[in-house]
Amino acid sequence: MQEKLDNGIKVEGLVRQFKNGPRAVDGIDLEVAPGEIYGFLGPNGAGKSTTVHMLTTLLPPTDGKATVAGFDVASEGSKVREVIGAALQEAALDPHLTAREHMRLQTALQGLPHDQRRKRGDELIERVGLTEAADRRVGGYSGGMKRRLDLALALVHGPSVLFLDEPTTGLDPQSRSSLWDEVSRLSREDGVTVFLTTQYLEEADQLADRVGIIDDGKIAAEGTPAELKSEIGRASVEVSPRDGARCAEAKAILAGFGEPMAGNRGTVEVRLNEGIDELVGIVRAFDAASLELASLVLNEPTLDDVFLAKTGRHLEGAGEDDTSEEPLPAAAGAPA
Amino acid sequence: MSAYFSSALGITWRYLHNLYTRPAMFIPSLLFPLFFLAAFAGGLSAVGDAPNFDYYDFTAFQFCFILLQASALAGVFAGFSIAGDFEQGMGRRMMLATRHRSAIVLGYGIGAAARLGVTWTVVTGVALLGGMKVSGGGLDLAGMYSLALLSNVAALLFSAGIALRFRSLQAGPLMQMPVFIILFLAPVYVPQALLTGWIEPVASANPVTALLDAARSLMAGEPTGILAAYAVAFGMIAVLGIWAITGLRRAETAG
Amino acid sequence: MLPLQVGAMAGRSVVRLVRQPAAVVPSVIFPLFLLAVNTGGLNSATQIPGFPTDSYITFALGFTFIQAAIFSTMNAGQALAQDIENGFFSRLMLTPMRPSALMAGQLAGLVMLGQMQALLYIAVGYASGAQFEAGFAGIVVLAVLVSIISVGFGGIGLIMALRTGSGEAVQGMFPLMFVLLFFSSMALPRDLIEQDWFRFLATINPVSYLIEAIRSLMIVGWDPEALALGFGIAIILAVATIAIAAYTLRGRMLKS
Repeated sequence: MQEKLDNGIKVEGLVRQFKNGPRAVDGIDLEVAPGEIYGFLGPNGAGKSTTVHMLTTLLPPTDGKATVAGFDVASEGSKVREVIGAALQEAALDPHLTAREHMRLQTALQGLPHDQRRKRGDELIERVGLTEAADRRVGGYSGGMKRRLDLALALVHGPSVLFLDEPTTGLDPQSRSSLWDEVSRLSREDGVTVFLTTQYLEEADQLADRVGIIDDGKIAAEGTPAELKSEIGRASVEVSPRDGARCAEAKAILAGFGEPMAGNRGTVEVRLNEGIDELVGIVRAFDAASLELASLVLNEPTLDDVFLAKTGRHLEGAGEDDTSEEPLPAAAGAPA
Repeated sequence: MSAYFSSALGITWRYLHNLYTRPAMFIPSLLFPLFFLAAFAGGLSAVGDAPNFDYYDFTAFQFCFILLQASALAGVFAGFSIAGDFEQGMGRRMMLATRHRSAIVLGYGIGAAARLGVTWTVVTGVALLGGMKVSGGGLDLAGMYSLALLSNVAALLFSAGIALRFRSLQAGPLMQMPVFIILFLAPVYVPQALLTGWIEPVASANPVTALLDAARSLMAGEPTGILAAYAVAFGMIAVLGIWAITGLRRAETAG
Repeated sequence: MLPLQVGAMAGRSVVRLVRQPAAVVPSVIFPLFLLAVNTGGLNSATQIPGFPTDSYITFALGFTFIQAAIFSTMNAGQALAQDIENGFFSRLMLTPMRPSALMAGQLAGLVMLGQMQALLYIAVGYASGAQFEAGFAGIVVLAVLVSIISVGFGGIGLIMALRTGSGEAVQGMFPLMFVLLFFSSMALPRDLIEQDWFRFLATINPVSYLIEAIRSLMIVGWDPEALALGFGIAIILAVATIAIAAYTLRGRMLKS
């Protein structure tokens, strides 16, 4: 593992007010430690992409301060761009260029020395599994291939901070999984700080060291996934004995693992004292009592439960009816 | 090579690569000057016989205008590419990756100038095949082509300013029409002395007239008003350069 | 039923034009701009021996009407292509509307625009000192001729739209129409064109005769040959393009 770089992100009171439009980001504070994967979770229109655009110097903040790898995004934009890579919501690829040609362009844009460009491009193409398609025009690529290329392009100059804006939206499970693997590896092995926005709870849960939940331009909650979920409540287990007459016996067994909860007819549910670690003990206890189970369900609080507790709405599906959408950064038609 | 020029040349490479691998993009910009050359030099050649039309060759007279027009419109087409790139997302990639974003404008500018080589060769070749007489020497002709290059740069900066403000191909007419109009408000068909009516004072005030007259004088081997033409050209480039850079700042602010 | 349908479609066509000044204004203003530039730039051409008039604006005004008609081609084509692209055409096909009503309606707006343009150009011409030898009766004849020309060129736009269903493809036709316009007797009388190849092209170009018919009303007054040629070509163009458009429309309706 590389020695720790000063590649954290610090945000204080960051605001973005669009002219004659919404206050898309309304004074957020957050800190991402060097080498951390920070998941930024929120519904559509919450302010995730606007935040990313400000941190990547695509959009100037209206107020507040943010530093990336120690450089101020407003006054030291060129230095920020030297150390960051970004794969944004739209893959921003030229359909008429091949993957290799994209690499040629990106290495030139990033100012890589001439003699390193081809090698670096080929290396990254191979890393994301696009070698066979490297000389085909990107216009014919699948969504997953485009995302992989986009990630590879973001890594061309070896950034110490990586911004990923909903990187797996629209991907099949396999592509999603391999992207997660690559992101984890970057953080774990290369010490890259990753700022990842997503609508998918599972993605934040699986990938992120810490999660920030944004709603309506404000941070609603922040912490590790486990911390956030435990704020809401502990996991529970619900069992259904194969022999309905042995419900009382099942209840007595489970009483040793947690507080009884009101369950459905024919099922017994307890809120676990210690969390999911108790599951093995529970299975052993039922086995020892030779009590066969028709089903055993573990219910854990989800990040959606966290969102619901903090905002009164569900995260998944939230924002679909939201009319105060953040304006698309690439305005089509009217000048700023 | 510095990162700045590396970024600019990367953009130039992509611009030229896309242009030459997609004939549908490139051929119209080549055909239009030829078309105008044929229409003006071919259809209006009798105008060269009008009293007091004292230029040595009507085809050469029209050729100078066509050369400036083609060069300027090549700059406008580069502006279209900027607008298209920003509309479709590639502009964002460039804004993210380049440390100093003025390299974006420079990159397209070099590309716009580079495409002139083919345009100039074809248009000049066709004009010569059509019987155009050349009176100027090597240095005169170099001067003439350099004025065409400057008109290309000026038009590119103007179009870039529009493209960066609107970031959409819908702004295409806003880029093209003013350039088209200002070109046609110069002495296109006859020397300035033969213009009548309102167009005469307009042509006098039109900066393009200085460039056109100088180009024609160089073609004729009788250089006149050259310094003034360069001064006008560089003056336009300075002003339009500010227009382009402020457009870039607008694009940055809009995200 | 048919008159009702035509009226409904015509009304829509007119309202569309009125509500989209950005689509209409260039087709009105640009020909005037070129007229102004050409008049100022080519007035000395009237001193070429054999030039039929000493007023270049009188000579050039005819070209302005044809140029406007060519813009009509693009407007008609784009409007219909838009309807096809956004599905409105399919919606119309689900109604009892007859194909002829669709076409007549699309063209009605163009004819109206063409008449307005004609009046404007005549007014501008008069104000700028153009002569109109054929007088008021000539203006009426001009209005009729312009209507037929608008229908003819508009028909070309409809054919392109119906065949391709794409506004971009219709726009791609613009250079071709421009070529037709410029390789004609728009700037000089055909007999004064020095280059043989250009004169040949202008002679076989039907647009030359349309321009010359309008020009004859202004310079000569009543020139039966020029008018016969102009009207003949305009009518043939209108009939041919409408027939092809109708055939193409039937084909598209069968597909949708």
